[in-house]
Amino acid sequence: MLTVEGLVKRFGGFTAVNNVSFRVEQGEILGLIGPNGSGKSTIFNMLSGTLIPTAGSILFNGAEIAGHAPHRIINSGIGRTFQIPRPFHRLSIFENVALAGYYGQGRHSRAKADEAAERALHMVGLPTNRHAGVDGLGAAGLKKLELAKALATGPKLLLADESLGGLDEHEMDQAADMLRKIRDELGITIIWVEHIMGVLMRVVDRVMVLDHGEKISEGLPSAVASDPRVIEVYLGADADSSQAAAAEARRKAGV
Amino acid sequence: MNPRNAAWAIGLVALIALPFVYREPYHLHILVLILIWSFAYTAWSIMGRFGLVSLGHGGFMGVGAYVTALLWNHLGVSPWIGIPISMVAAGMLALVVAYPCFRFRITGHYFVLVTLALSGIVLQVITATRDHTGGSLGYTPNRAPSGHGLMALQFDSKTTWYLIALGVWVFGLLIWRWVDRSMSRYAMEAISEDEDAAAAAGVNVTAEKLKITLISALMTALAGALYCQYQMFISPDTVSGIAVSLQMVFAVIVGGLYVSLGPTVGAVITILLAEVLRIKFGTNAVGWDNLVYGVMLVVFIIFLPKGILGSILDRLKTQPKKA
Repeated sequence: MLTVEGLVKRFGGFTAVNNVSFRVEQGEILGLIGPNGSGKSTIFNMLSGTLIPTAGSILFNGAEIAGHAPHRIINSGIGRTFQIPRPFHRLSIFENVALAGYYGQGRHSRAKADEAAERALHMVGLPTNRHAGVDGLGAAGLKKLELAKALATGPKLLLADESLGGLDEHEMDQAADMLRKIRDELGITIIWVEHIMGVLMRVVDRVMVLDHGEKISEGLPSAVASDPRVIEVYLGADADSSQAAAAEARRKAGV
Repeated sequence: MNPRNAAWAIGLVALIALPFVYREPYHLHILVLILIWSFAYTAWSIMGRFGLVSLGHGGFMGVGAYVTALLWNHLGVSPWIGIPISMVAAGMLALVVAYPCFRFRITGHYFVLVTLALSGIVLQVITATRDHTGGSLGYTPNRAPSGHGLMALQFDSKTTWYLIALGVWVFGLLIWRWVDRSMSRYAMEAISEDEDAAAAAGVNVTAEKLKITLISALMTALAGALYCQYQMFISPDTVSGIAVSLQMVFAVIVGGLYVSLGPTVGAVITILLAEVLRIKFGTNAVGWDNLVYGVMLVVFIIFLPKGILGSILDRLKTQPKKA
């Protein structure tokens, strides 16, 4: 579904993403993890058109989308959320999502936009009341709204920038279950970015680990969790503690 | 018919009937000016309400007025054709200036500065080509031979002008309402808050901003052309340049940026203020209105950012209903 080849992004002399290649298959959930500043969000911004890659190719369903304007990419079937929710405060919750439903699907009609908004709000569990404002939402509610906006654009591939910081353990679990539900019920392929490994490992089919803009590991969650390079990046090279951490990560991943 | 529509209908009928029962020419003259300027201010607010603060609208107004008058005087082109041409010219000018701004994300203060330059440039062009435009001395469209008033869009009757201005004003309000109820309003509100997030919702940010700018510029040019046809005299000071642009910003902010009749209230206040100062103090008060505008603008931005009408409507809405 998505084939990324040799993706590079440089900001002046700093290379944020260096020659990263990967594939995403129809219907899977790919986890994208790495410490802060490892290039996860930069990759997302290139996939969604917010940033133009310095080099490399992004094929989405066989068509090159690298460097396309964001709205074209969204209209072609990629939806995204932002790490820090970016709701539109001057619009109601419903209007936020209806906007995405209208423009995200190439302007079908107002009625279809409203319909898409209702479905998306229902899916994430927000009220479909037309006038409720955004300012009453807490951190978890804003995350849900962010997701509803992305869903309303009718994506085939969802880029979920879901740093779950700010949520308690229960809310994290809910958010993770939500992504799985979106894949299972709507058949949407998902790339999920996160920097906490635990919750993510439980839900994803495959994981890709970035460090300093380079891919250092990729594979099944269990394999990645015990990869010494990943352990080193996350916990430092101290052998004893990293083994313990690997065991902990495996336990959390349920393997 | 709900009470709101009924109130609009009654108000409109009263406004249409007015010149047939009340014929005092000076007052009708003031009303025509108020209606034409209200239309211009409404045009400004169509983009201004979304944070696209333009100080270039004096330029669009100048293009509307001068292109129409020059085509008539030099080539004998009837304003019926000249006005659409002048609007197209202003629209093209708007696109040429706005496209690079929007494409390269020139927003906020920087956008204001670019549009300020636009005003200045149009003013300079008018004064520099004084052999054709009369420069700062102003310009008068040639009088049409009698019997050709309609073709030349020149009327002596104040009543006729009042009705034309009223029609255009209503047209402006309808456009305002159409934008207000369209999906474009959602898109523009979203863009004014966060362009990246709007783009992530699928909005073509550049195209939406261009669309709203184009509508606003076309309307403003029409206002300029009508002002020219009504006054039969234009000068860079009255229809172009930075002073006119500032006057638009001031009037809209005082009246209310986010309500349809806000710009109209702003026009009533600014024009009455200018007239009162002119009559009371005569030539001693030249420029005083600008001073008062400046002070009031600061006061309003601090204390009544929603303007007079916006604040009143807010107050009415939030007041608890008595049983």
